[in-house]
Amino acid sequence: MSCTEPRELVHAYLDGELDLVRSVEMEEHLRECGACAASYERLRALRAALSASGLRFAAPAAFVGRVRSAVRAESAKTGRRAPRRWLAFAAPLAAAAALLMFLSLPRVTETGRGGTDLLLDEIVSGHVRSLMVSHLTDVTSTDKHTVKPWFDGKLDFSPPVVDLADHGFPLLGGRLDYLGKRPVAALVYGRQRHFINLFVWPVDVAPSAEETLARQGFQLVHWQQGGMTYWAISDLNAAELAEFAELERARAQPPR
Amino acid sequence: MRQAEKRADFEAAVLPHLDAAYNLARWLVRNESDAEDVAQEATLKAFRFFEGFRGGDGRAWLLTIVRNACYSWLRRNRGDDLNVTLDEEIHVAEDRRAGPEAEVLRQASARSLQHALEGLPTVLREAIVLRELEGLSYAEIASVTEIPIGTVMSRLSRARRRLQQALGGKEALQ
Repeated sequence: MSCTEPRELVHAYLDGELDLVRSVEMEEHLRECGACAASYERLRALRAALSASGLRFAAPAAFVGRVRSAVRAESAKTGRRAPRRWLAFAAPLAAAAALLMFLSLPRVTETGRGGTDLLLDEIVSGHVRSLMVSHLTDVTSTDKHTVKPWFDGKLDFSPPVVDLADHGFPLLGGRLDYLGKRPVAALVYGRQRHFINLFVWPVDVAPSAEETLARQGFQLVHWQQGGMTYWAISDLNAAELAEFAELERARAQPPR
Repeated sequence: MRQAEKRADFEAAVLPHLDAAYNLARWLVRNESDAEDVAQEATLKAFRFFEGFRGGDGRAWLLTIVRNACYSWLRRNRGDDLNVTLDEEIHVAEDRRAGPEAEVLRQASARSLQHALEGLPTVLREAIVLRELEGLSYAEIASVTEIPIGTVMSRLSRARRRLQQALGGKEALQ
């Protein structure tokens, strides 16, 4: 790690958001580089000042009381409402509710389109981050028999690992990453001077459709197979990434 | 879901986070009585749509709704607050200048910190409030503010840089 790394990494280190390997690299760098160490010291001082200054506003007791009774009142009101009145207003209400939900509800679930959007953002960020910090792989090996066992004990599943060097997509290694609030396997493949991140984790929600899309200049391909969810992302062109996905699917097929 | 059951679940999963909801609203709309109104309305709305909550983190879920309500309020009442463009060039320039010494920062008064935080653009202020005052992780902040994690990281670094600069300037004047 060097000073040319994005300065944001010092913040991620301060916030405990770097993985173990990158944390260790950062610690080494801070020992060697006076300028970065001083900047880290200033950040720690700012944090200490912020947390000591009582900046967090506590909710006034009267406010908490009002909200609690408003919730009780709302609950009683909805409970007593006659079903027939509901029927009369059902259609416009449903339409309004649907619109309202569309406009203002947080989209934090994994199933909605919003969840997928959030996941896509995370995938793109994960890909960018892996290139940005020159930390593509935790285990660097072109041998699938080295990469696959490396994940043992680090994940609660075992990702299928295949090599596609004979088709011009050599396996470069693997890495742990974190997407959609769970640890996932990231397999890294090369194609000339481009990189492909293939994120793999078990299907945990309703099966999702296959997809090919572009986002922030990257190509993405998504599929599910053998109980696993796959997302491939790269700056390769769409045709080459589709070829990669095809080969991956054919090869990951369990032998009959 | 039966009403009584729904209310009990809501009271257990969401209402413990009223402090967080109020604090976020207070820092976003920047005055007491409006913060109370916006946070109360948002919590009632959360209750009405509680069926849409699929378990998980009640705090992040409530904060997302409160944040959206605050932004609607700001758009209606304080349009200017949201019209701040974050000029990348300026930030690069800021980055080159060293901030004040750690010792100066450590001794900053509560008053000057409050003033510095209030002076940040809304999106940078909320990043600091969620991270430093509420202790949310990058992933939680990304979910509440509906931006990618990489953006969370860059907003936090800009916000901290600006806070340091504001605090340094203040101390220097004294």
